[in-house]
Amino acid sequence: MKDSDRQVPPAWNEVGRHATFPQARHDEVARFNFLTNLNTHLATQVLPGVRKAYDQRVEALGEAPSNRRAVGTILKQEPVYQYWSALRRNTMEMRQQNGRGMVLRQLPELIEKAQSLNEGSTQLQLDPAVKVPRYVSAVDIHCMPGGYHTELCADDISAGANYDCGIFVTTAGMLGRYSDGGGQALVKWLRQEAEKGFRPKRILDIGCTVGHNIVPLAQAFPDTEIVAIDVAAPVLRYAHARAKSLGVNNIVFRQANAEALSDADGSFDLIITCMFLHETSSRALPRILAETHRLLAHGGRVVHIEQPQFTDDMPVYEQFMRDWDTRNNNEPFWGTLHDLDLFEAMQEAGFQRENISTTGLFAVVDESLFPSAERADADSEDYGRKPAWHAYIARK
Amino acid sequence: MAIDAISMAGNKAKGKRPQYFKDGDSDRLMAILMAVAGELAVARERIDTLERLLEKNGVLKRQDIEQYAPDTEAAHERGLWQQEYIARILRVIQQEIEQIDENRAAAVHAKEHTAASTTNDLEELIDELAST
Repeated sequence: MKDSDRQVPPAWNEVGRHATFPQARHDEVARFNFLTNLNTHLATQVLPGVRKAYDQRVEALGEAPSNRRAVGTILKQEPVYQYWSALRRNTMEMRQQNGRGMVLRQLPELIEKAQSLNEGSTQLQLDPAVKVPRYVSAVDIHCMPGGYHTELCADDISAGANYDCGIFVTTAGMLGRYSDGGGQALVKWLRQEAEKGFRPKRILDIGCTVGHNIVPLAQAFPDTEIVAIDVAAPVLRYAHARAKSLGVNNIVFRQANAEALSDADGSFDLIITCMFLHETSSRALPRILAETHRLLAHGGRVVHIEQPQFTDDMPVYEQFMRDWDTRNNNEPFWGTLHDLDLFEAMQEAGFQRENISTTGLFAVVDESLFPSAERADADSEDYGRKPAWHAYIARK
Repeated sequence: MAIDAISMAGNKAKGKRPQYFKDGDSDRLMAILMAVAGELAVARERIDTLERLLEKNGVLKRQDIEQYAPDTEAAHERGLWQQEYIARILRVIQQEIEQIDENRAAAVHAKEHTAASTTNDLEELIDELAST
């Protein structure tokens, strides 16, 4: 292969900055560049080797495994898989260490910047009475030390700043400059729906973290009123400051648990969750889905964006590889959620079967600089990382 | 809480870390090796930045670096640096080999002296030196 034919991910320098975004030193950028390229290498060079080794082992056994657990039994003995898996775990841990090192050394300045944007705003509504649920606090999701919720000091935003600066690395730039390819995909979808007459006035984003998926909607539809909720105060403080510094004024960031919200029935025309449901639990999920039904106005829609479900149509090898995050990246509900029939779960929450549909969504990015998930080779799948999602859409 | 960025950057995420290799030692070594590999990439990127800035400021042409051929003295110095560098990172193999010689010498010594005063096993030696 010629050098010019190789796909090189964009340098981390291209990450979109805003007032509360951490300042990166030369070597901190270089560390992210190393990790971005290591992730790309693992996905494009090592992962095909895992498949090759697996096929060889299955051939030697003379029988293909019938479920993903059996695939795991085979692969866990395979050195190529061991290397791939161990290296992938290491990229997660190293990304966290670099992000935290960068954020923590300048934390007082970052907090001050956030404070100046947050102080006195009625659009940041924190509620210390909101308990962090066990599915958020039991283990640190994505191997982020302290998760989304831990506060190292008063007015802490470090969890948000660390999360924001590293998404680019994990996704090798596929979520675009502001890591908002998911939000941009929702904008594209909503523009199409608006042409057909669906023009929501009030939008709810559940599990908003740093607001990267909702800000594009707020920018594209400035006349809408938006509420974005999360249980974790540090990410909400950061999200509010981030949105303000990007010139967004139509989002209220509120600390709340989506299992039981105080808003009146029918308060929203559109409710979205973006890569959120897999971070809940079997007990919380039906409550959250029921709340989305209660909170939607008649004719309103809910959109859940997730990685594809593990259906019978999905090969067991792919199921096993997609399930990696459950045990290796502290995503304990990932496998359970992806085994679920989401149509059925949404039906039980009150939606009519005929009003539920699914569609494929790809991250929308500035393709002059960032790799397009839609145009990437079909065999470039990086199980659970590539922003090629399924959207589950229900109309009330 | 006082923020110690250096040590807190490396805090563990809550949740047991999986073991990937047969032997947990390999997992630890892999983690250290990847961190070192990362830092080498960082140093390489810094050199690249330096070269590009120097070129931009007219101090050197990067093409000159590609075409650089050391004279005899420089080649010798660089060769020495390479040798020292390799010896440094392969220290463990050198010492493994020296251990073979050490064992042989101890065996020869044992033939000539009483067994009690010939061991090169550290635990035995500690006991030997402590005994009155």
